[in-house]
Amino acid sequence: MATNPFAEYKWQALFTDWRLFADGLTVTIEVAIVALLVALLLGILFGVAGVFPNKNLRILNRVYVEFFQNTPLVIQVIFLYHALPHLKIILPVFAIGSLGIGIYTGAYMAEAVRSGILAIPRGQLEAGLSQGFTYFQAMQYLILPQAKKIILPSIANQGVNLIKNTSVLAMIAGGDLMYQADSWSGMNMYYGPAYIVTGLLYWLLCFPLTKYVKHLEGSSEVRS
Amino acid sequence: MVSDLMNIYLIKFLLEGLAVTLEISFFSIVFSVILGTLMGIVRYLNIPILKPLSNIYVDIVRNIPCLLFILVARFTTPLNPTLSGIAAMSFFTGAIMSEIIRGGLNSLSKGQIEAALSQGMSTFQIIRYIVLPQAYRNIIPPMMSQFTTVIKDSAFVWEVGTEELTGRGMILIGKYGSTGQVFTIFAAVAGLYFIVNYTLSHFARKQHNKMAVRSY
Repeated sequence: MATNPFAEYKWQALFTDWRLFADGLTVTIEVAIVALLVALLLGILFGVAGVFPNKNLRILNRVYVEFFQNTPLVIQVIFLYHALPHLKIILPVFAIGSLGIGIYTGAYMAEAVRSGILAIPRGQLEAGLSQGFTYFQAMQYLILPQAKKIILPSIANQGVNLIKNTSVLAMIAGGDLMYQADSWSGMNMYYGPAYIVTGLLYWLLCFPLTKYVKHLEGSSEVRS
Repeated sequence: MVSDLMNIYLIKFLLEGLAVTLEISFFSIVFSVILGTLMGIVRYLNIPILKPLSNIYVDIVRNIPCLLFILVARFTTPLNPTLSGIAAMSFFTGAIMSEIIRGGLNSLSKGQIEAALSQGMSTFQIIRYIVLPQAYRNIIPPMMSQFTTVIKDSAFVWEVGTEELTGRGMILIGKYGSTGQVFTIFAAVAGLYFIVNYTLSHFARKQHNKMAVRSY
């Protein structure tokens, strides 16, 4: 006979082991923050490279974006985990998670930054240059501040994807929330409470950000 | 030796994994587009009871990692690995498709619907012949990018032991562990994903450009 997946004793077991889930949540948040910083940095650098007058830099942008957008994050992270040690590069799982997820999301952010910049009429850059701005000054003071409004909603949306994608750490025993839920419930078969609590915790992290994206999209529509 | 990998059985082993990946992705895409279209229409037409229900579904599902749904479908239902993967990915992607399709529907001007109503068309006819064709055309880029995301995220089903492309690649790495072999296997697996996704997005871009021209 099938037992109740949400039986009271299963919930009690989960609350006894609450520290596991709290630790997992902490790792998830920490990895998400570091990965977000990596992704933002790479996104801005490669995004600007994508509109740069230098052709080689534009090619570099395409290679980065196309490669990382067209291969799975899972493969990229497992590569860092399984293949790099062959080259005597042994990274802790935390670094693998933050780097892997950061580089992957950075490709999406670079594309957001690039299309945001391209949405600003080129005449603005030319006007700036004719006023004696250097290319970088024109970018910094004229183009990027305007492009920011267009870029921000997609960046924030990628932030939500980034948080969800931290669950890839479960596949390399990364000690994140998904890993703790999977291994805890794999041991005692108390799937019901484990999945509900895990889903709820991820939802609490992502839902406010999703609402914020909606808000940003709404306000940028009104302005246009 | 890397040359040990140049073996017809190993290549076939990997390509069979690719077939499973494509099977899971294909059905997940089809089901999620159907699910997303139904939800999108329900929300667009403001159908009572169904609209709040779809909103709740979308707000819950798209804020939770796909991997959790994969675990739930595998360990709490009797479905086999491939079917549970399809079920989980359809359910998850359906919420995202619903948002994309709703965006496409909202981009249409209401005047078209009023015009169609004044011509005596039924709501179903308007949706089928006026609204959906235009909505789909407007959302080809985000939809295609979601399709490649489905193909990539199908790698997550390896976590529950499904032998798709990633899973089979990992099995090979377990057997052929020298440095050269590991890098070759990674290159092969990543290369296969890349070819499929790049072809898809390239085709999508062309199709979109063709349709965009036609609309003028």
